[in-house]
Amino acid sequence: MNAAVELAPVVALVGNPNCGKTALFNALTGSRQKVANYPGVTVEKKVGRLTTPAGRSIEIVDLPGTYSLRARSPDEEITRDAVLGRLATERAPDLIVCVADASNLRLALRLALELKQVGRPVMMSLNMMDIARKRGIEIDVEALERDLGIPVVGSIAVRRGGIDALLAALDTRLAANPTASASEWRAPDATALRGSQREADRVLGAAIRKAGHLDPGTAKADAVLLHPVAGLLILLAILFVMFQAVFAWASPLMEAISEAFTWLGALVGEAPLPELVRSFLKDGLIAGVGSVIVFLPQIVILFFFILLLEDLGYMARAAFLMDRIMGGAGLHGRAFIPLLSSFACAIPGIMSTRVIDDRRDRLTTILVAPLMTCSARIPVYTLIISAFIPEREVWGFIGLQGLVMFGLYAAGIAGALTVSFVAKRLFWRTTAGEPFMLELPDYKIPQARSLVFGVWSRALAFLKRAGTTILAMMILIWALASFPQPPEGATDPAIDYSLAAKIGHAIEPVTMPLGFNWQINVALIPGMAAREVAVGALGTIYAVDGGEEASEKIGRILADQWPLATALALLAWYVFAPQCASTLAVIRRETGGWKWVAVTFFYMLALAYAAALATYQIARALGAG
Amino acid sequence: MTTTPTIALGDAHVGFRGRITALDLARAPAVGLPPPELERRLIELGFVEGAMVELLHQGLFGGDPIAVRVAATTIALRRREAMAVMVTDQS
Repeated sequence: MNAAVELAPVVALVGNPNCGKTALFNALTGSRQKVANYPGVTVEKKVGRLTTPAGRSIEIVDLPGTYSLRARSPDEEITRDAVLGRLATERAPDLIVCVADASNLRLALRLALELKQVGRPVMMSLNMMDIARKRGIEIDVEALERDLGIPVVGSIAVRRGGIDALLAALDTRLAANPTASASEWRAPDATALRGSQREADRVLGAAIRKAGHLDPGTAKADAVLLHPVAGLLILLAILFVMFQAVFAWASPLMEAISEAFTWLGALVGEAPLPELVRSFLKDGLIAGVGSVIVFLPQIVILFFFILLLEDLGYMARAAFLMDRIMGGAGLHGRAFIPLLSSFACAIPGIMSTRVIDDRRDRLTTILVAPLMTCSARIPVYTLIISAFIPEREVWGFIGLQGLVMFGLYAAGIAGALTVSFVAKRLFWRTTAGEPFMLELPDYKIPQARSLVFGVWSRALAFLKRAGTTILAMMILIWALASFPQPPEGATDPAIDYSLAAKIGHAIEPVTMPLGFNWQINVALIPGMAAREVAVGALGTIYAVDGGEEASEKIGRILADQWPLATALALLAWYVFAPQCASTLAVIRRETGGWKWVAVTFFYMLALAYAAALATYQIARALGAG
Repeated sequence: MTTTPTIALGDAHVGFRGRITALDLARAPAVGLPPPELERRLIELGFVEGAMVELLHQGLFGGDPIAVRVAATTIALRRREAMAVMVTDQS
């Protein structure tokens, strides 16, 4: 026997959403887990390794939560296909562990009955036994084993030693070298589902020695947190803190990262290297990597909050409270958090759309997330507003500059709501969307370990996935702004001789009706790397020296050179324009293809053009030309 | 003995306690799903004839959506879909 070539048996964890499956997975695998994607889809694949007390090496797969093998979403399709052994790239499970919340068994038992039909060895892990016991629920495990016809073990994922019985049971089951029989599973119709739920209710009735009581803490908390008025106010307060944290806590870290990369760039800038190599390293590579890593603090903080609220059981409540408000614009209740996050940055916002199960609802949210005014637009807005909008008060107490800034935010929100409203009808051709039906789980105290693993794996996924595509785009943008090189003895800024400048001149006829001159067109190209880069690019083109007051100087020059109508049109452009390569790269990652990138890019471009055109022409007609 | 009237869960008030008597898909026609699919989803979340339900909470606007306890599980859904769940008062 050669143990080295023998593959470790695969054990799949299957269970209802909120059954504590992920906590169990973390307890089983600890840090020996990795998160990847199933090929071709954006469903997270979580795999880990463990060695049982008997020294057996096992591969554990945590499958997406579901109520039935009758898949309704891409996540649930993965669960179904993995369980049935239909995934071409994955090995079929040797053992299925149906994870059930001991305090909420009813729906899990129905799923267990369905899993039995698959013909593969199945066992049940009764999770959260401690919580059930605390509520006075007494379960007759032997009766459950007998009636279900599969082995059942109790587990407490969050406690040391709480999974010893499960590990021992895994050993026993796998030692028996179980084999799969032919699957009898077929997608159940309503009659079959009804029948299996009745059977599950019968099994439950026989196995529950004492029903116990419902969680009193959850009832008390929900009386306030789901109160029609107080609940909404508390949600707003929570979101305010979250938003504040993403903005304020992240900014010192972001500054530190950006300074570190500037320092590194300066270091390379002094290196004795050919000019072109130096520029590539400094402006292409280091600036490119830096512009990706700078988002990391926001992503970590945002996902910390999202996972915390999710683990607490609050996320489903937030969706409940927001459903009607979001529904008016054709958005799902769960779209609220991703859209709010997009005010900081569309990248974490788009990544967090994973909380939306339905594909159409998720795509609509991804489509409109970049319209939320992200923090990268602020430098551009600030520059133009301070240069063109007089610092005076309207109606005695409102600053005009602040009012314009508010107007730009409002325009973004209005744009997002309108686009989602139209998309719902245009793309999906439905007026009544997916129904809103979800379980409100009992509140639970989150486990620090689970939170740390969750945040860590998402941060890593962002760096790995987005890093490659974003970096490639950054290098392309650098090349556009650097080639061809200026001739010997050139006096104008180098960018004036580049392909970017040629493009800027070439598209001047198209941008003329918007009041954009070729200098603006050129600045928009490096601005694709990150919106705020456009400010620096304008400085380069108008040959402003860098330094402390650079942006103030740029502002004065712009105020001299541009009419007010042009400035306003540029603001309108920035509200809608797809001016961020990183966002487009993340959309590609999250939707699994270029199609939705193209849709996003072109609809935003069209909106931006229309908005800038209208703004410029109206402003000119009113005498601001 | 008087028979208690059957109403749709979608018409019930907060505090209503009752038992599910039937799923009547014809009463929830405007939900973006074919009726058999809605029926299956309701059953998968535990809405089966005989189960005890209690309407716990409702949203601010139009009392929608609603949070319903079905046996020991709490499910949030819109009144539009809850119209398909027929219940009798058991309070």
